[in-house]
Amino acid sequence: MTQRRKTGLVFFPAFDWAISPTHPEREERLLYTQDQVFEEGLLDFENIVEYKPGLATIEDINRIHICVPDARSVITESHLISAGGAITAAEKVLEGAVDNAFALVRPPGHHAMRVVHGARGFCNINIEAVMIEHIRRKYGHRRVAVIDTDCHHGDGTQDIYWHDPDTLCISIHQDGRTLYPGSGFPDEFGGPNALGTTINIPLPPETSDEGFLHVLEEVILPIVQEFKPDLVINSAGQDNHYTDPITNMRFSAQGYARLNERLKPDIAVLEGGYSIEGALPYVNVGIILAMAGLDYSHVREPDYDPGALRQSDEITRYIREMSKDVLELWKRRHTFKAEIVKGARYARRNRNIYYDTDGIREQQEETVRICNDCGGFIAVNSMASTGNRVYAVIIPSRSCDLCRLEGERHFHGVDKAKQGVHYLVLQDRDRDVYVVK
Amino acid sequence: MILGIDVGGTHTDAVLLDNFQVKKKTKVPTNQRHLVSSLIGVMDDILRDEDLSALERVVFSTTLSTNAIVQGKTDRVGMIVASGPGLAPEDLRISEDMRFVSGYVSNRGIEVAPIKKGEVEEAAAGLKASGIAHLGVVCKFSTRNPAHENQIGELVRSGFRHVSLGHRMSGNLNFRRRIATTYLNASVHDLYSRFVDEILEFAARAGIKAPLYILKADGGTFEIRRSAEQPVQTILSGPAASVMGILSLADCAGADAVAVDMGGTTTDIALLADGVPLLEPLGVTIEGHRTLIRGLKTRSLGLGGDSRVRVDDGRLVIGPRREGPAAAFGGPWPTPTDAMIVLGLTRIGDAAKAQTAVAEIAGKLNLPVAEAARAIFEKTCRDIASAVDAMVEEVNNKPVYTIHELLEGKTLRPKRLFIVGGPAGAVASRLGELLGCEAVIPRDAEVANAYGAALARTTAEITLLAETERGSLTIAEEGLEVKIPAHFTRRDILRIGMERLRERARRLGAVEPDIETEIVEDQEFNMVRGFYATGKNIRLKAQVKPGLIAGFGKGGPRS
Ligand SMILES: [Zn+2]
Ligand SMILES: [Zn+2]
Ligand SMILES: [Zn+2]
Repeated sequence: MTQRRKTGLVFFPAFDWAISPTHPEREERLLYTQDQVFEEGLLDFENIVEYKPGLATIEDINRIHICVPDARSVITESHLISAGGAITAAEKVLEGAVDNAFALVRPPGHHAMRVVHGARGFCNINIEAVMIEHIRRKYGHRRVAVIDTDCHHGDGTQDIYWHDPDTLCISIHQDGRTLYPGSGFPDEFGGPNALGTTINIPLPPETSDEGFLHVLEEVILPIVQEFKPDLVINSAGQDNHYTDPITNMRFSAQGYARLNERLKPDIAVLEGGYSIEGALPYVNVGIILAMAGLDYSHVREPDYDPGALRQSDEITRYIREMSKDVLELWKRRHTFKAEIVKGARYARRNRNIYYDTDGIREQQEETVRICNDCGGFIAVNSMASTGNRVYAVIIPSRSCDLCRLEGERHFHGVDKAKQGVHYLVLQDRDRDVYVVK
Repeated sequence: MILGIDVGGTHTDAVLLDNFQVKKKTKVPTNQRHLVSSLIGVMDDILRDEDLSALERVVFSTTLSTNAIVQGKTDRVGMIVASGPGLAPEDLRISEDMRFVSGYVSNRGIEVAPIKKGEVEEAAAGLKASGIAHLGVVCKFSTRNPAHENQIGELVRSGFRHVSLGHRMSGNLNFRRRIATTYLNASVHDLYSRFVDEILEFAARAGIKAPLYILKADGGTFEIRRSAEQPVQTILSGPAASVMGILSLADCAGADAVAVDMGGTTTDIALLADGVPLLEPLGVTIEGHRTLIRGLKTRSLGLGGDSRVRVDDGRLVIGPRREGPAAAFGGPWPTPTDAMIVLGLTRIGDAAKAQTAVAEIAGKLNLPVAEAARAIFEKTCRDIASAVDAMVEEVNNKPVYTIHELLEGKTLRPKRLFIVGGPAGAVASRLGELLGCEAVIPRDAEVANAYGAALARTTAEITLLAETERGSLTIAEEGLEVKIPAHFTRRDILRIGMERLRERARRLGAVEPDIETEIVEDQEFNMVRGFYATGKNIRLKAQVKPGLIAGFGKGGPRS
């Protein structure tokens, strides 16, 4: 039996907020979880402490997102509470009040990217990213590893930290060829200044606990160990569960609990998970017990049948092979830069982003300065089907002098009219400044 | 006429009210060995020469169950528990005499696995063979579906003197607390039943025809015969009596306030929001047992007028124990009371003895005696004030579950301090200053507890869950599950809930004008399969508000 740890819980089921009455992201999503947590009496354990969520501020959002036309317009109070809940969880850990913390909040956030024109995959703002930047602002810079265990690719978190060498983003998810958002393949490996700090591990449909625990042991834990983060965050989506109505995986509550026991996240933040009766109550209780170092071996779904959930041998073989490949890629991460950059001073990528929840299309061009000393300053030119156009210059955290200088010069050189943009933004993450022209 | 009696740890107080005015009051030392004799003695005394036919009600508050639990003088209890999936049995264990059996229902109250008759009978036989006569039966989510507890209860009833069923204790979720509550209920059942029998016998002999009530931890009452089924509801009713006393003696309406009862050994603190005492949201804690017993939110501080004062490492330490009375009354050690005497804040006891006792502290602190007394007094007040502040802060940080609650959440900011108890007069103004509150000492404060008990009304609570997809309505506290049609609505649950609540309150002894109901929880959720709504999950919790009987004041506790 593992050692007991002091675990903080921030529970915010937002019983008065829904996308729509029958939408998976609706009022009762955490209802049965709350019932189960209450009935198990988890909050009575001396080493489990519940905290009230704080409210994130617009400054917290502007530190990491470029919201168009502005943050107020793309969020509701619920988002401020959800992100605020994640922040509260992190603060309790960083201030030493608890050993680790779990923010059971909604709405989720891991599909929200750097630029936000609306909601994607039920997400408006990325609550983990808002939390991480709040931590960095308040407690000094931290190396952070985000392990996204949601069944969907954590494409928003990936986008936000694509160029950041200090943030390791690992996502396991159902293979993008079979599920929204369709991305998250091993060759998505981070921008030129941050190669290897994005890791994607797509799993075939019907992967069970065995498969992802293999990935955890053989890929995730070794990479995290080598990266040496100051903080490990579990972006704890629970839609890999075998009863989830919108995915096709076979994870169980036992698997999720085991994952958290082994990963030992400092902070877990709830993401997706839409089997509100059959999975969430058990998965969440399992995770809480595992984080607190309590015995979770009796946590079981009403219809749990490990025999029926076994993955095929073919899947097992496939995952073993892929694990080796990903690890190999990680080991060689430093060797790719020259080959990718080919002496260029800037790297550019063009993307089309679809906001499925709000039906918005965005065209984006992103340019990053190649730099060996920091994440590189970034310029983003974005145009959405709403008609909104924004141009943003981003000075990274701990930017080098050159990137700062060039970034600032670039910002002052942009002619709004000539570029045809409505908003010109400077997001200086290093100095915590957000300017809109 | 109304008679109120509070059998406290040190004193038994009684007041006889006529038209809500004190007609007689009395205070005698409690006979700890035989609480019922203290009670009967006082009753006998105060009712002598009174016209018993004019007596409308008699209400007791007693520490009987509390003492038995605190002193470990309870019966051995066997527990049969169906824990289902979730916490490991070892994390649920409350005693050696606990047997785990199969069978469970889900969080919606749907049977997932049935109980096994053979297993239950074997567990019961084992407990019985080890000489156990009292049994508790608790199943997970039994408030959502009591069938398993009822079935187990039927199977084992004949073998034991008494069987307590978990879902009867409270409609709230919390399996661990349900186990503790049921266990405690069974453990004091015999002791308490004997107490009730003796009282009833006395009342019959004395010719008392008025209904007899017992005070509960929430500041409400229930009829004495009904109380025998749930003696555990009477634990920790002491602080409830003092708060009800303050509510009835002072004008508490409208403002946030602190209620402090400072005794010899401890100081009890309660909080009032807009004049209404706060309840412990889940239930009170006794001897480390967290229960589902609804009770006032109180903090008991090991600091009173008779606490021992000493100097430790050059610093003043007060409490947490009482080691005899104040030096001024012949006690062995200096106490805050002695300091108050030295400072001239109170004129009781032997001032010379107080002076000598405080001088000992002064020597160790290297201070003049008066300054040492001032330091003791100041620390006493500051320790109480910081306990109050911590409690207010805890209440203000309590988690919330909706956007509305979070954004509109009320912040408690006490503006008044109501204080009763022996040292109240001496500390009131300084404590008020420290708390930024106006300090009020209510009239008749010395019998506040008995006064509060006398005027407390009968309370009741009911928890309903309608599941239209299952076609079922559960009324937790009544152990009932009934069929409902698919078109059952929130209005239906409100109507049924209120009817059932009134019925329950009457059964517990409430009289019609006192049944002031209130909805505590009212939620409605969609049940969705895929992307289609297939039914409703409607939840209602309603209560008869704790408070004072009709014709007297307003207000009552809330959670
Ligand atoms: Zn993922
Ligand atoms: Zn997801
Ligand atoms: Zn740079």
